[in-house]
Amino acid sequence: MTTSLRYDVAIIGSGAGGGTVAQALIPLAQAGKRVVVLERGPRFTDSEFTGRELEMAPLLYADGGGFLSDDGTMTLAFARCYGGSTVVYTGTSLTAPERVIRAWGVPGLDHADLVTRSRRYLGENNVHLLPPDELNDNNRLFALGARQAGYAVEQFPVNVKGCQGSSLCNLGCPNQAKQGTNRVQLPAAERGGVEVVTRAEVLRIDPDRSLTVRVSGAAAGAIGLPSEWAPGDYRVAANVVICAAGTLGTNPLLLRSPLPLPRALGRGFTCHPALIIVALHPQPITNDVGHPKSFFVDRGAEEGFVLETCMYFPFTTAKALAGFGPLHSEVMRAYPRHQQILVLSTDRADDGNRIGVDRAGGPVVHYRFSPEVVRELVRGNRAAARICFAAGATHVHAPFADPPLIAARDAARVDELIDARHWKPGKQSIASAHLMGGCRMGGSAVDSVTDGWGRVHGLPWLRVADASLFPDALEINPYLTIMALADRVAEGVRADLARNATV
Amino acid sequence: MLSSIRPVLRAIGITVVPEAAQLDEQQWVALEEIVRGALTPRPRALQRQFILLVRAIQWLAVLRYGRRFTALDATRRERFLGQLQNAPVLFVRRGIWGLRTLLFMGYYGRAAGGRAIGYRADPRGWKARG
Repeated sequence: MTTSLRYDVAIIGSGAGGGTVAQALIPLAQAGKRVVVLERGPRFTDSEFTGRELEMAPLLYADGGGFLSDDGTMTLAFARCYGGSTVVYTGTSLTAPERVIRAWGVPGLDHADLVTRSRRYLGENNVHLLPPDELNDNNRLFALGARQAGYAVEQFPVNVKGCQGSSLCNLGCPNQAKQGTNRVQLPAAERGGVEVVTRAEVLRIDPDRSLTVRVSGAAAGAIGLPSEWAPGDYRVAANVVICAAGTLGTNPLLLRSPLPLPRALGRGFTCHPALIIVALHPQPITNDVGHPKSFFVDRGAEEGFVLETCMYFPFTTAKALAGFGPLHSEVMRAYPRHQQILVLSTDRADDGNRIGVDRAGGPVVHYRFSPEVVRELVRGNRAAARICFAAGATHVHAPFADPPLIAARDAARVDELIDARHWKPGKQSIASAHLMGGCRMGGSAVDSVTDGWGRVHGLPWLRVADASLFPDALEINPYLTIMALADRVAEGVRADLARNATV
Repeated sequence: MLSSIRPVLRAIGITVVPEAAQLDEQQWVALEEIVRGALTPRPRALQRQFILLVRAIQWLAVLRYGRRFTALDATRRERFLGQLQNAPVLFVRRGIWGLRTLLFMGYYGRAAGGRAIGYRADPRGWKARG
């Protein structure tokens, strides 16, 4: 039996986009409009965040964090839970670069507007720089090495409150310090009258503005709270539908919905493909304690890469290293001496890189590494190796070298040893957590999916409010820009409903 | 699911993570349980590919060395898997990548595997370090 329900606004997804829209629509809820957030994942209680890698990853991430691109050459990480990927990011909070927004060329979208909106969320999420005494050696060595190697290094502002330095951000903060939408915007929205329903998967959107929703029950013994609705099938009618399920949620949902959608849907996927450099220092350093991501070097404009400090858990680290066997084990045994750096390519949108759906309607990511992306990763590999050696590392493990372990005595040969000739798709571990595009903003349905306010061309009642909107790579960590864009989307919805326009 | 390939999988496991040679039966079972748990939610076709790949490694070694993989010494096992890892065919490379990834998950995903390499992350953060 299908239960029918009616709402004024239905928001699909509760991450950076959905959570922001939910909070920004509190005035509507308080004015008597019915607003609902439908989140596919469960809601976890504070005590359920244990910080244990193999326990948390399957609970929080799609495919346990092992979702692969169609040819199996890249792992894509995205979360499914109350708060979406804001539960599992590190909280780094950067405002979109002016040159990137200008290059996007979206009619009606200007950088100053995004800055103003971003500033609001910087304050709301308690974004600040961690004091020097809370930084660990892994981060300090990055800053030291980067400066000595001649790179401009910057500190990440982060959105934490009461950070204990567990280093477990990517498994959901066990101390509830990270100010994701699960901590800030969603609770505020619920207090303000917005309804949030978890374990509610939207299967399709029909032209009559109704959503087919399946609510799952919690398996026996499973953690996470049960859904707010009884398990079963629902038909949710809404005047306005806002897709904010993340790039690999929104695109497949629209692709499997019988709607007259622009041809650009699903195209122009970008994701900042990334790999990890691991350096070995002569003595143990603090690395698996303290906030893991405090500094970065932005060479996006000049060389197409960004370097960030990082520190991954044992399995993730093992997976990221090249090869296997005795050499791999030797690097793993040196874990307490690890300095780790994440190298990200600022890949460009290409219509060939796109999101599709499989026969069951699930996401399929078609992505091929362009020669330019490979060159960017190689340049980033080299820069990261220079930084580690300048910081005093005895060895650097670089996936684009063969053999991958480079000794300090060969530091001057980094450019020769780290080279694109060693690149073999499917051999090196490439991963991505910045999934963008597929519903790009633009001037018309000819070249884009939505306008600059996230409104789908030709379907004014349907909006998008997540990283799917990005016409090209953002070149920085995306969550704050998603929030700023979602804020615009919510403003548009409020304005349309206020004047009772056709929405 | 793994019982039919257990000896080969363990031989591959020791090649991928040499320390796995020190695991006792109970620890192997824990490792295999993690691998099984990671495969179970995946499509049946992928599970079949995994089993097929492990069996193929066992018998492809005969073509290369005249002996099954489990009968090779450690050096030849490592060399053989290394050749497959660098194979010109993407399908083979990604198969080896997936196999090693599952074995890393099984070995380093255990609490004991983390402790063995000095992993000390604790939800209490700095306070746990005194």
